[in-house]
Order: sequence, then C-alpha cells, then structure tokens
Amino acid sequence: MSVITENRINIDVKTNDVNERKAVNTNVQKKDRSIIYDTKNLNLWYSQSHALKDINLEILRNEVTAIIGPSGCGKSTYLKTLNRMVELVPGVSTTGSIAYNGNNILSKSIHVEDLRTKVGMVFQKPNPFPKSIYENVAYGPRVHGIKKKAVLDEIVEKSLRGAAIWDEVKDRLNQNAYGLSGGQQQRICIARCLAIEPDVILMDEPTSALDPISTLKVEELIKELKQKYTIIIVTHNMQQAARISDKTVFMLNGEVIEFSETDQLFSNPKDKRTEDYITGRFG
Amino acid sequence: MVGRESFQGELQQVEQLIIRLAKKTKEQLTLAVESLYDSDVEKAELVIQNDVDLDKLDLKINEEAIVLIARQQPVATDLRRLVVAIRISTDLERMADNAKNIAKSTVRLGKDHGMTVHPSIKEMKKIAIEMIDLAIKAYENEDISLARKLSEFDDMVDHMYSTMLRELLEETATEPQKIQHIMQMAFSGRYVERIGDHATNIGEDVTFLVKGESLDLNY
Repeated sequence: MSVITENRINIDVKTNDVNERKAVNTNVQKKDRSIIYDTKNLNLWYSQSHALKDINLEILRNEVTAIIGPSGCGKSTYLKTLNRMVELVPGVSTTGSIAYNGNNILSKSIHVEDLRTKVGMVFQKPNPFPKSIYENVAYGPRVHGIKKKAVLDEIVEKSLRGAAIWDEVKDRLNQNAYGLSGGQQQRICIARCLAIEPDVILMDEPTSALDPISTLKVEELIKELKQKYTIIIVTHNMQQAARISDKTVFMLNGEVIEFSETDQLFSNPKDKRTEDYITGRFG
Repeated sequence: MVGRESFQGELQQVEQLIIRLAKKTKEQLTLAVESLYDSDVEKAELVIQNDVDLDKLDLKINEEAIVLIARQQPVATDLRRLVVAIRISTDLERMADNAKNIAKSTVRLGKDHGMTVHPSIKEMKKIAIEMIDLAIKAYENEDISLARKLSEFDDMVDHMYSTMLRELLEETATEPQKIQHIMQMAFSGRYVERIGDHATNIGEDVTFLVKGESLDLNY
C-alpha cells in the first residue's frame, strides 16, 4: 500500500509540475508577446517606382521574424525602413506609419540616431572596421560616451559572449578583425551590434557569404539572441527561414502576400503564390 | 531550389511505384481469396511467397521518398506528397500482409476440410478491391470526394463482417467439432475487413495531401 501511495504522490507532484511549467510558459508568452513594430498602410517609392505597397504587419517582441521573397520584392527595402536607413537612397518617399514601441518612426520628430541605437543591423557581408577585435566592439559604446576602460572591457566581453565568439577570440582581442574567418567576422559584427544594447536586430541575409558551419553557428546564435532581442531577418535561404524563425513574411512585387506562423507557412501555406514560391515553382 | 522539374519527375516515379504496389496488392488479395474458396494450398503458398516482393517494393518506395526529402528538402504540398507516399505504401503493404494471412488460413485449413467457405468473404473481397481502386484513383487525381466515398464502402464491409461473424458463431454452437475451421473463416473475414480500413486510411491521406489537414474516415 505504501508503495502505491508513494506512486500516487509522485504522479500528483509530476502533474503539478507540468501545470506549473505550463503556467510559467503562459506568463512568459504573455509578457513577451507585445507588438514592437506595428506597420500600417506603408507605401514607399524610389522616385517613381512603387517599391512597397500598402504593407500592414505586426511584429512581436522576442520573436524571430523572417522575410522571404524573390529578388526585388521589397524585403530589404522594408527592413531598411525599420531603422530608416532607406532614407540614404535619394528620392525616397513614404506614406503610412511604422510604430516602434508606439511611436511613429517615420515622423520627422524622431531622432534617427536614437532609433538606430535601439535598432542594430547586421549586413550580408561581414563589415568589421579595420581595427582590433576589441575596438570593433568598443566603438559603439565609445561613441555613446563611455570612456572608462573597466566598463568598456565588461561590455566587450559581454557582447562577444553574447555573439558566441568570446572563446574563439579572448586571447587575441588586440588583433585586427580582418584576420578572422568570414563566420567569425560576422559574429564580431553581431557583437558590435549587441554592444550598444539594442532592442531589435535587423539582419539582411547575414549568412549568405558564410560557409555551412559558420551559417549554423550564426543560426544557433539567432535562436539564443531572441531570448533578449527581437530579430527580423531577410533571407534568400528558405530552409534557413524555416529553421530559425517564429513567423515568416512572404513578399512579392512590394506586397505582403502572406504573414503567418513559420510552421504553418512552410507546411500548409494559405496563398497559392506562397506555395508556388516556396516549392520552387517560380522565383 | 534547383532542379524542380527533375524533382517533379522523381515524385511521379514514386507515385508510379505506389500504383504498382496497389496493383500487386489487389492481385494478392484475389489469389488469396480464390485459394480459400478452392482449398488450393499451392496457390496459397504462392501468395505467401509473393509477399516478399511486395515488402521489397514498399521498402523501395520508403527509401526513394526519404532520399528525395533529404536531397530536395521539400516544403508544403511537395513535402506532404512524400509523407503521404510513405504512409500509403505502408497501408498497401499491410493490406498485402492481410492477403498473406488469408493464404495462411487456406494452408491451415488444408485441402480436405469439407466445409463451405462463408459466401460473405467473397463479397467483402469484391468491395475491398473496389475500395483499393477508389483509393488509388483518389490519390492519382488528388480527389477528396472519392476519398470520402471510401468511408461508405468501409461501413458496408464492417456490416458484412459483423453479420458473418454472428452466423459463424451460431455455427460453432451446432458444430463444435469444427471450431478450428470456423475460426480460420472468421479470421479470414477479419483480414478482408482490415484491408477495407487500410483503404480508408489512404482516403484520409489524400485529404491530408490536398487540404493539409487530417480527417478521420475510420469512424
């Protein structure tokens, strides 16, 4: 009898554990699932060319959102709109709004520098500065006025750890970043991005110039980073989008055709055009 | 995503293998039921022997589908098409196993059992063959309406089986010395009934292939 009683107790405890875990998970989801970027009726023109057409998207905090679509569909344009880098192209005009934490970033009153402090970006090709590994990462915090060596040391280590490259470079922080492999350089760029403590990391095909192993390392890193950051990634690699993202946006000719859970989009897309694109029937 | 045309060609090859497996399964079922009614032990042994080839064909379909998944990394309908190919192949192989089991019953009953085989088994077999045809047609044409019809046929087979079982049980009361033989008949009926269930599974697979959602036709 005592054994049976013990078993029953064990079962009860386990059941409670599961319920507790569920409750915790639900709380985490509730806490994290707020809208960070709310794009409403966004249109963008490069002079006469209508590049983004009536985009409506709600991007959630602490999620990885992948944007896929054929070349020229507007995915990189949309990404660059999120930190207003698109304005560097002459002749750009927009209508509609993009609320970042509730504030319309297309409004003239927004300071672009402040926005870019919160929204970091990683590009297709690793673009470290021709400086030491340490200086690459410390550059942003220095620009923001941090001068104390001890504070900078801490930020550099934390950022390099965050980018999963600390162990590979900790003994050669003063060496030029150009001496690293492409995959390592890209992770240095991610560390440089983390050093300014952003909310959001925009990634424009971050692994297209990397070998498969480095690609997997960066993909693993992205999964870890979403615990703290919101990640929006443009990728030509559909398998990559399927592997790492929570939500996927499919764009075509400047329009959002489908935006849904990645599981749904890659297993049973709602729109015929999405199906045709992801199964390689066009694009 | 290169080589999509060749991929479509390879998908069709897998589909052709499934159609071939379905054809062989039907042949096996027909031979097995014939052997039961004719007490033809040689024919039954041929069915048992043939089953090895059907197992090999099922294995080949599985291997080709897995290689295509690994090499082409399909998504959406293309992925479902391969998953469904594996499932349908498994169902056909199970059907063939049931045909083999009927043949084994023939062997166990022997040549001179002197009993009349219950007429319903032949009728059930006829419907089971129609069900396989319908299931494969639904698969080839990706036609959900055909898939749904399988459920109605399955109900007919189930009903025939339960009636037959009741009659056989009554027979055991009057002729208890023949209980071993009667049980082999009952088993054979059960094997045909199971074939109907597997054909219905194929209907469910076709629905999953076309709509991306599961449907229970086996209720």
